[in-house]
Amino acid sequence: MNAPVVVPAVAPAVSALLDRYAGLKDRLPGARIAWVEAWRQRGAEAFRAGGFPTKRVEAWKYTDLSALRETRFEEALVATDAHPVLPEQAGGEEARIVLLDGRFRADLSRLDGLADGVRIESLADLLSSDDDALREVLGAIAPADLPLPGLNAALAEDGAVIRIAPGVDAGRIRIVSLGIAPSNHAVAFHPRNLVVLGAGASLTLLDGAHGAGKGTYWQNLVAEIALGEGARLTHVRLQDEARDAFHTALVAVRVEAKAEYDSFTLVRGARLARNEVHAVLTGPKAALHLNGAQLVDGERHADTTTVIDHAAPDCESNQTVKTVLTGRARGVFQGKIHVHRVAQKTDGYQMNQALLLSPEAEINAKPQLEIYADDVKCSHGATVGELDHDQLFYLRSRGIPEVEAKSILVQAFLTDAVSLVSDEALRETLLAATDAWWDEVEHPA
Amino acid sequence: MLKIEGLRAAVEGKEVLKGIDLEVPAGEVHAIMGPNGSGKSTLGYVLSGREGYEVTDGTVTFRGEDLLAKEPEERAIAGLFLAFQYPVELPGVGNANFLRQALNSIRRARGESELDAMQFLKLVRGKVKALGMSDEMLKRYVNVGFSGGEKKRNEILQMAVLEPAFCILDETDSGLDIDALRIVADGVNALRSPERGMLVITHYQRLLEYIVPDRVHVLLDGRIVRSGGPDLALELEEKGYGELQAAA
Repeated sequence: MNAPVVVPAVAPAVSALLDRYAGLKDRLPGARIAWVEAWRQRGAEAFRAGGFPTKRVEAWKYTDLSALRETRFEEALVATDAHPVLPEQAGGEEARIVLLDGRFRADLSRLDGLADGVRIESLADLLSSDDDALREVLGAIAPADLPLPGLNAALAEDGAVIRIAPGVDAGRIRIVSLGIAPSNHAVAFHPRNLVVLGAGASLTLLDGAHGAGKGTYWQNLVAEIALGEGARLTHVRLQDEARDAFHTALVAVRVEAKAEYDSFTLVRGARLARNEVHAVLTGPKAALHLNGAQLVDGERHADTTTVIDHAAPDCESNQTVKTVLTGRARGVFQGKIHVHRVAQKTDGYQMNQALLLSPEAEINAKPQLEIYADDVKCSHGATVGELDHDQLFYLRSRGIPEVEAKSILVQAFLTDAVSLVSDEALRETLLAATDAWWDEVEHPA
Repeated sequence: MLKIEGLRAAVEGKEVLKGIDLEVPAGEVHAIMGPNGSGKSTLGYVLSGREGYEVTDGTVTFRGEDLLAKEPEERAIAGLFLAFQYPVELPGVGNANFLRQALNSIRRARGESELDAMQFLKLVRGKVKALGMSDEMLKRYVNVGFSGGEKKRNEILQMAVLEPAFCILDETDSGLDIDALRIVADGVNALRSPERGMLVITHYQRLLEYIVPDRVHVLLDGRIVRSGGPDLALELEEKGYGELQAAA
């Protein structure tokens, strides 16, 4: 007798999204271009296989996606035509890319006068014109088997593509990604950004995700970043989504020999946020800095998960991540460093620290080192603490009110992470965002 | 200015102050002397409102108001200042910013205008110099990496900037060499005025050679057992606390 064929059940939320893909795929940008179709199809398969991962999946042990899974997102190929008020941070002089609900809005962007060798384009446009150079990046850097990035591949309609020619110093470029949810239904969008720096090129990328309006939306972002030999990217990310938003992001980075990826991510928005970074150091003397801070209040949940692959000798990676939690907030830090057998003389450092301001707040921290080379220097540390009562009393005894005294100590806690951002103006922006967060948080008497 | 009546206080359920009566009028400096464990530092903490110090009986009136009903920051705003025996380190908090925030908190609460960074620096630089400190100490984190003497000077600097109506100095002489002691004492003496009261808590008579008190009180086992003029400090230096302890 033949064994019965077991067809794995696909959850209704997953099949609804797959149905959407099936319905849209002939109209999505790049439809009927074979390699784009294949890429989308691989993504859909990864999402079909993994769905919304449950806490039984090791990588999602501490982050529960059921609220996301149970939200019904409307989706249509209709361009948002709102003329939004851009956040204050968009006011600088630098080149600016505005994404509205994940769609590239040339009319709101500031792209005139770009230097020679600096190209900024919409992913939708490039896919439609079958830009063959994209093949080396799109889907080539992000892991192919992750379900939510897979869904992004299946449904991505647009995104920003930044390409810097070899040897060009592109200065600063700003991405302003605005999530605008209508109040009557939830929307989801799946932007995919690509950043490619040629050998010896350099760029400072200010990358902000901002929420507007009161509705619920889900930004399911993937960014793929390729740094050629000796290139240098400073990537300062501010995740300031609307309070009711879901934010899931995968930033996949490939760092070639002598190149440097220097990033700081400040997480302060969204009801549920997962910031996942996968970085591969592929050539000798590549350097990686994955620093950041998570500010989590109320019922919010913020998860930073990083995977660093040392796949070449003489590379360096540093990571300092701080999490501040109040109310009933939940925080997660998972940091894996994988040192391959060839990666001799690796210098790896990882520190994650959490400050709990409430007895109901919770942090889960999981550092993980896998070392297959025998001549390496790797260290990691984790601390969890509360505010120091002596410090608090000292500040108050000098006339500083309690809430302000706490704010001073929170800033002090964040200082050695934020101070890793070398640009003073950027540091000030991050500290201002920290202050703004503190002002929004409810402080129990 | 400061009036303490029948004050009893406990730490972790153990009574440490067992009925203190003390009045310090404006313009006077009073010294509290006593051996270790007599309750000297507890008195300072109770007056400044540190948590964990439970007042079980008595009253403290400061400038006509109930001091014990106030939060620590409200006591500072009312004009009370405690120079800590062990100043607290604040990694990540710049000394100048800390001082400015403290001063501006107090000014704001009193309805006075706040000082901007430039105005504040102008104010603080002169005071830093007078205390034999360097401007560099303003840039460092509060008390982090400071020597014992630098920490004490930093306390006096805060006092000089905040200009409180009443200062409590808790063993400010401990850990100071003679030169540092003189500088600190000069800083304190410069703040003596007919409007300002001070309570100097010390184990040794030495400090009182530099900060000459109007009255000296001896604290033993949570009670003031003797009060007198400055000569009482000399007498204690000579005879020690043993004789008083035997008598008590």
